[in-house]
Amino acid sequence: MKVVAALSGGVDSAVAAARLVEAGHDVTGVHLALAKVAGTAGSRGCCTLDDARDARRVADMLGIPFYVWDVSERFREEVVDNFVSEYAAGRTPNPCLRCNERIKFAAVLDRALALGFDAVASGHYARRVQTPLGVELHRAVDPAKDQSYVLAVVPQERIAKMLLPIGDSAKTDVRVEAAARGLLVAAKPDSHDVCFIPDGDTAGFLRRRLGDQPGQVVDAESGAVLGEHDGAFAFTVGQRRGLNIGTPSEDHARRYVVQSDVSTGTVLVGPPRLLEVDVIETATPVWAGPVAELGRPYGIQVRAHGDEVRGTVTELRPDGMTLTLTEPIRGVAPGQAAVLYDGTRVVGSGTIARSTRR
Amino acid sequence: MHPAAVEAMTAELVRVGNASSLHTSGRSARRVVEAARERVAGALGCRPGEVIFTSGGTEADNLAVKGLAWLGRNTDARRTWVLGGATEHHAVLDPLQWLALHEGFDIEYLPVDSMAVVQPLILKQALADRTDTSALVTVMWANNEVGSIQPIAELSALAHEHGVYFHTDAVQAVGQVPVNFADSDVDAMTVSGHKVGGPQGVGALLLRRDLKPVPLMHGGGQERDVRSGTLDVAAIAGFGVAVEIAVAEQSERAARVAALRDDLITRVLAVVPDAVLNGTPPGPTRLPGNAHFSFPGCEGDAILMLLDAAGVEVSTGSACTAGVPQASHVLLAMGADDFTARGSLRFSLGYTSTQTDVDALIAALPNAVERARRAGLVAAR
Repeated sequence: MKVVAALSGGVDSAVAAARLVEAGHDVTGVHLALAKVAGTAGSRGCCTLDDARDARRVADMLGIPFYVWDVSERFREEVVDNFVSEYAAGRTPNPCLRCNERIKFAAVLDRALALGFDAVASGHYARRVQTPLGVELHRAVDPAKDQSYVLAVVPQERIAKMLLPIGDSAKTDVRVEAAARGLLVAAKPDSHDVCFIPDGDTAGFLRRRLGDQPGQVVDAESGAVLGEHDGAFAFTVGQRRGLNIGTPSEDHARRYVVQSDVSTGTVLVGPPRLLEVDVIETATPVWAGPVAELGRPYGIQVRAHGDEVRGTVTELRPDGMTLTLTEPIRGVAPGQAAVLYDGTRVVGSGTIARSTRR
Repeated sequence: MHPAAVEAMTAELVRVGNASSLHTSGRSARRVVEAARERVAGALGCRPGEVIFTSGGTEADNLAVKGLAWLGRNTDARRTWVLGGATEHHAVLDPLQWLALHEGFDIEYLPVDSMAVVQPLILKQALADRTDTSALVTVMWANNEVGSIQPIAELSALAHEHGVYFHTDAVQAVGQVPVNFADSDVDAMTVSGHKVGGPQGVGALLLRRDLKPVPLMHGGGQERDVRSGTLDVAAIAGFGVAVEIAVAEQSERAARVAALRDDLITRVLAVVPDAVLNGTPPGPTRLPGNAHFSFPGCEGDAILMLLDAAGVEVSTGSACTAGVPQASHVLLAMGADDFTARGSLRFSLGYTSTQTDVDALIAALPNAVERARRAGLVAAR
C-alpha cells in the first residue's frame, strides 16, 4: 500500500511509521506545518522547527521520503479560528478532534488520495479493525492512552483510509520499541493538549483574541453576585478553579460553574448537584459504522479523558440526536463531543448542544 | 564531483601541512594552494592575487556585500545606499536586509522585467537618483531559479560611472557560460566549488587587487588580510582543478546540455500544453542547463514529490529550514502571483545528464501533473 505517514516529530507517529515500513508498505513521511510564525522581513517564516527537524530525522532513519505539507492556513481557519469562535459562543471545543475531522483525515487525506496514495497513517492510540461487514474503529488496548474519542468524528468511509499502527500497543511498549529502533525521539515528552497554545494558558490566549468582556459571577441558587470576571468565554461548565470569588458558600461546599452565558456575561456557579444532567442533545451525528439503534444501551463518553457512562439514543433526527443516560453525570459542556461506544467499538458521535435533567 | 577534482582533493587529504607555516610541509601545502589559485585565475580571467578563497558562495557573497558596502561608506560617509537585484540569491538578499536592519544602510531592490533581467536603464535611473550616495551595486550573473543571464558588463560600467563598486554572484554561471573577471570589469565576483564539479564547502571571491573590503572574520589574515582562517588545502586543490576543467570544457558541455535542454522544453510543452516556460528564451541569455516552468493549477511541491518517487529529481524555488514550500521571490519579482509562483518547477541539467534522464522525466511528468492538479483542486475546495 502507498501510505502517507503523518510524522509529528513525536515518538508515537515515529513508531507507527516504522511499523508500516517494516510491514513492507511504500511509506512517505509527511510533517504537517500547522502554524507559521512571522520571521524577519523576507526571510522564510517558519513553523515548529524542532518538531519538523525531529520528524525529518525519523524519516531519514527509516529511509523514507519526507515532505512538509503546509496546512497552516486551513488549520488557522478550521481549528484555531473555530476554537476562538466556539469559546466566544460559550461552548468548549476540542481542537484535536476538530483537527482530525477537518485537517488530518479530511484535507490531508484528500490531498494524499489525489496524489495517488491509498491511506494516511497516524500515531493515534486507537484501533482500526477490518471485519466482513466493513471497517470499524475501536478503543486502543492501552486504556490510559486511548484516543478513539478524538477520532470518533471521522466518518466510516474515511476510517477505511486511516491506518493506526500503534493502537494495539501500550505507550510504555511504544517508547521501548522506539529506543530499540534507535529513534532519538524515544524519550521525547508527550505533546501538549492544545498545540497552538504552547504555554497552556487557554484563558490568556482567548483574552488576547477576544478582549476583556467583564461580567459577574452569580450564585445560581440565591442570585447573589459573588464576584467579577474578565470574560464569560473563559469558563467551562464544571470548572472549579479560577472563579475568583471571595465569599465562601454557606455550607462551605465547593462551587462549580453551572452555566456560562456569553450573551449576558453572567457566569452561574453552584453546588455540584446543579451540574447533574441525564439528557444530552447533540448536533448532526457522525457515524463510524451503522447508525445507532434507538433504545439499545451504549457506552457514552462526553469528554476526552472522561469515564464512559451508560445510556440510550432516545431520538434520532437528521440534524441531531438525544441521548438519555441511566445515571446523571456532571460536567457536560456544550461544544464537546458525545461519543457512543458498543463495547470497544466506536458507534458514532455528536457535538453536544445542550444538556438537561429529566 | 569531477574525478580529476576528487583525485586532486584526496591526494591532499592524506598530506600534513598548514599552508601558512614556514616549514617544509607548510611550504608544500602553500604550493598546492597557489597552484590552485593560478588555475582559478587562469580560468576566470583575473590575476592570482585577486582570488580570495572562502568557505563557499555564501561567505564570498557576504564578504563582498557587507565588506564593500562598509568600504564605500567608510571612504565617503554620504554613500549609504546599496542597490541589489530583486531576484538575488538569499546569500545576497539576506545580507542586504541585515545591512539595512543593523547597519543603517539604505537598500534599493532593483526591479526586474518579466524575464528576471535587471535592465540597464533601471540601474541608470536608480544611480542617477542617488549620485554620490551609493556605495555598492550587486547583481547576479545568472539567476539560479529561472536561468536568466544579466548584462553584467553593462551594469558594471554604469556603476563605475558613478564611482560605485560592483559585485556579481557568478555561482550559477561559471562553467555554464563564458565568464571573465577582467572583461566584465566587475570589482568582485563570487564563485563556488560545488557548482563546477568541485567539493562543497569551498569557493572564492575574485576581488580587484586594490580593494580592501572590511573583513567579516578576523584572525590570521591568511587571504590578503581580507579573510582569516586556516586554508582548506585539499578542498582548494579540488576546487582549482574543477574550475579549470569546467571552464575548459564549457563551450562543448554547454552545446550538448543546451541541446538536451531544448529537447526537454519542447517535449514538456508537448505533454503538458498549458505549461509556461519562465525566464529568458533559450539561447545566449539563458543558462544552457536550465528549464523552468509554471504548471497552472498545480502545487510545485506535489509534482516534485511525485517525480521524486519516479526517480526524477527536480527543484521548486526555495524551502525554509523546516521545509515548508514558499512562493519563490524570483517568480514574484517577475510579476507572478503567489499561486503561479507555487506551481513552478526547475528542471536542471548538468554535464552528466543524458537523453535517458530527459526521457524518464517526460515519461513521469504527465501523470505527476495530473495528480498534482487534482490535489490542487482538493486544496482549493
